[in-house]
Amino acid sequence: MFAYIIRRLLYAIPILVGVNLITFVLFFVVNSPEDVARAHLGEKYVTPQAIENWVHEKGYNHPLMYNADADGLNRITDTIFYQKSLKLFTLDFGQADDGRDIATDVLTRMGPSLALAIPTFVIGIWINICVALIVVMFRATHLDKAAVALFVSLMSISGLFYIIGGQYMVATLWRLVPISGFEPGAMAWKFLILPVVIGVISGIGLGARWYRTLFLETVDQDFVRTARAKGVSELGVLFHHVLPNALLPILTGVVVVIPSLFMGSLLMEAFFGIPGLGSYMLDAIRAQDFAIVRTMVFVGSVLYILGLILTDISYTMADPRVRLN
Amino acid sequence: MDIFTVKPVILWTDLMLWLLVISITAFLFSLRSNPESRDQWRQVFSSRLGMATFIIILSYITLALIDSLHFRKPLPPAAGQNPETTYYSNKVHSVLDLILGEMGERKERSYSEPFALKSFTKENMTNEQGQTYRDYPDLEHAGSHLENKAEHHRDLLWQSLIGLTKGLLFGVILCALMKGTTRSSSLPWGTAMTTILVICMLLGWLLHVGNLYHILGTDRAGNDTLYDSIKGIRTGVLIGTLATLIMMPIAITLGICAGYFKGWVDDTVQYLYTTLSSIPGILLIAAAILQFQVFIDLNPGFFEVGLEKADARFLGLCFILGITSWAGLCRLLRAETLKISQLPYVQAAHAFGVSHIRVIRQHILPNVMHIILITFVLDFSGLVLAEAVLSYIGVGVDSSMPSWGNMINLARSELSQEPVVWWNLVGAFFFMFTLVLAANLFSDLVNEAFNPKNRQERAQ
Repeated sequence: MFAYIIRRLLYAIPILVGVNLITFVLFFVVNSPEDVARAHLGEKYVTPQAIENWVHEKGYNHPLMYNADADGLNRITDTIFYQKSLKLFTLDFGQADDGRDIATDVLTRMGPSLALAIPTFVIGIWINICVALIVVMFRATHLDKAAVALFVSLMSISGLFYIIGGQYMVATLWRLVPISGFEPGAMAWKFLILPVVIGVISGIGLGARWYRTLFLETVDQDFVRTARAKGVSELGVLFHHVLPNALLPILTGVVVVIPSLFMGSLLMEAFFGIPGLGSYMLDAIRAQDFAIVRTMVFVGSVLYILGLILTDISYTMADPRVRLN
Repeated sequence: MDIFTVKPVILWTDLMLWLLVISITAFLFSLRSNPESRDQWRQVFSSRLGMATFIIILSYITLALIDSLHFRKPLPPAAGQNPETTYYSNKVHSVLDLILGEMGERKERSYSEPFALKSFTKENMTNEQGQTYRDYPDLEHAGSHLENKAEHHRDLLWQSLIGLTKGLLFGVILCALMKGTTRSSSLPWGTAMTTILVICMLLGWLLHVGNLYHILGTDRAGNDTLYDSIKGIRTGVLIGTLATLIMMPIAITLGICAGYFKGWVDDTVQYLYTTLSSIPGILLIAAAILQFQVFIDLNPGFFEVGLEKADARFLGLCFILGITSWAGLCRLLRAETLKISQLPYVQAAHAFGVSHIRVIRQHILPNVMHIILITFVLDFSGLVLAEAVLSYIGVGVDSSMPSWGNMINLARSELSQEPVVWWNLVGAFFFMFTLVLAANLFSDLVNEAFNPKNRQERAQ
């Protein structure tokens, strides 16, 4: 398995290079740095000097891929591609437009993101599985039908409405918790409880429906019938025979997102004013700070690939029949 | 207004939507000769739910199509202008605007409640004696036909009856026409007719009463909320269909080639979709849209009217949404093609020396059609929902384009106002929820009928 992981990690390198090429094309080839400078500084009333200053200040005053004026290795390294894209591999993220170091910002903002994402994720999965198991217990009855109808309705509501509605109900109407904001340390729960509850509720429709389908596929199999025949209670059947056997497909969908939890949730953090990576990205997008966007694309891709590898490893643990080679 | 004096404006998305609907219709008609898929469609439509949701989706698509016929009205000739040349208004209208009548042009000053006669906020006004006082001013365009304001509620009831009757008459005519053209009796036509009648009555009521009052009130800028919600339909339908279909040819070609030719083709395609799907979707979309906007802003010469700029951005959005969702379809097609190309009949075709293109067209493509269809219907509702989120982040459709996402974005802090302004959110919610719910229910039925896994279970 060790050799397998090493090979997967090596395979990740061309993928990350590809990701960097795509972002490079998007950020520097579609519009030249001068065009971006012009758009940034205001289109009509901008002097060539101002553009040059901006480009210089950001370090975009190099050729794109190949520097014919330099000699030796500098022909490759004195280029935007090397300076801005390949340097991400050494975790050298550079500076944001406001001069702050991106790497430290990313590290400090990871905490609040995780504080929101992990509870939402864990509680969400737990509730979804429980709800799905209860519905499966009543399969082929009217209750099952009504539950499915409810799930489909719940997933047809835009996430924005859950957030806006939930904020209104709990924080404005009932005045229980603050509407938005964040405070590090022990008092953080006061600010986190509302986004976590809303995040869990907004995911129930899609999640519980998916788990229900998975459980229904297992529930009619022979070993379940055998278990029932030897007198295992319905709850025992569900928790000891159905759930463990439906674990494999659950893992496919669940493990892959675990590393991405670091990225935080864009919408939740923006609405509730939590200073995590999600709101960091949103601010960068709104301010058109491309250095941050480029970094986050890189970080996100690394985490995604990590998720794929973790999924494979978790397979071998959940199902001894699976061998990685 | 003389219909021949208007100048048609053909937007790229208009063209694509019309082409798309025509080609899908043609495709479905071509399937009539295939007994298997006819049975599958029959299964979808034989349930009442399938029929009702299909008609709801169809009415949304019809409204989007009518809203995709754009034109510019000629301006009245100015003094001293050469009478030979006509200038056209910079505002682009659609045929739907004509049907909605005055609904879009009845601007108030600011917020007003649904069906209200007076504004929502107090303003300074002057009475006949020249004194200034504060009160709720009358709305300019709501209930202006009333002679006595006390008749408000009675008039509302009366006009509602008129509107409902109009809609009912129209619905009955539609149903009669449909009855004349259909022969098959095994499908639930009763449900279909009921759905059509309900939708027609609702539309009749909205059209009639909506031109006399603001049914869903007005927003901060004084625009009619109902009108905005209806105009959002086109954006929603377009994004749900175009985004999947723009990338479909590439996804199909690459997916099938990877599964069929294997070897380095397979490696390349796998590398491509792993790379693309490892980029966080929202960031890729944001980066692409921001860069595209810079491009549009720097090249204003390409576009004649403002709407064309918004349209170009919209097309770019569909394209990039397609790219982010492309990997999933490609992966499914590759796996299925791998499986099919091992089957005896494909091997036999190889042995007979049938060319690769012929094998793909005759044996592979028809057998992966269900995957393509299922992906298309399943993706639809997700894309409609994604539009709202993207507009909130600021990388969705252009802010000048009417869309539910933009409406939610503008109204997002209105619930925390005192007193609460709820109608803008409710308007966007109602129209979006109906479409997405219908699409979700319908796609479930299509999935059930076309997925071979479910078919086997049924056969047992």
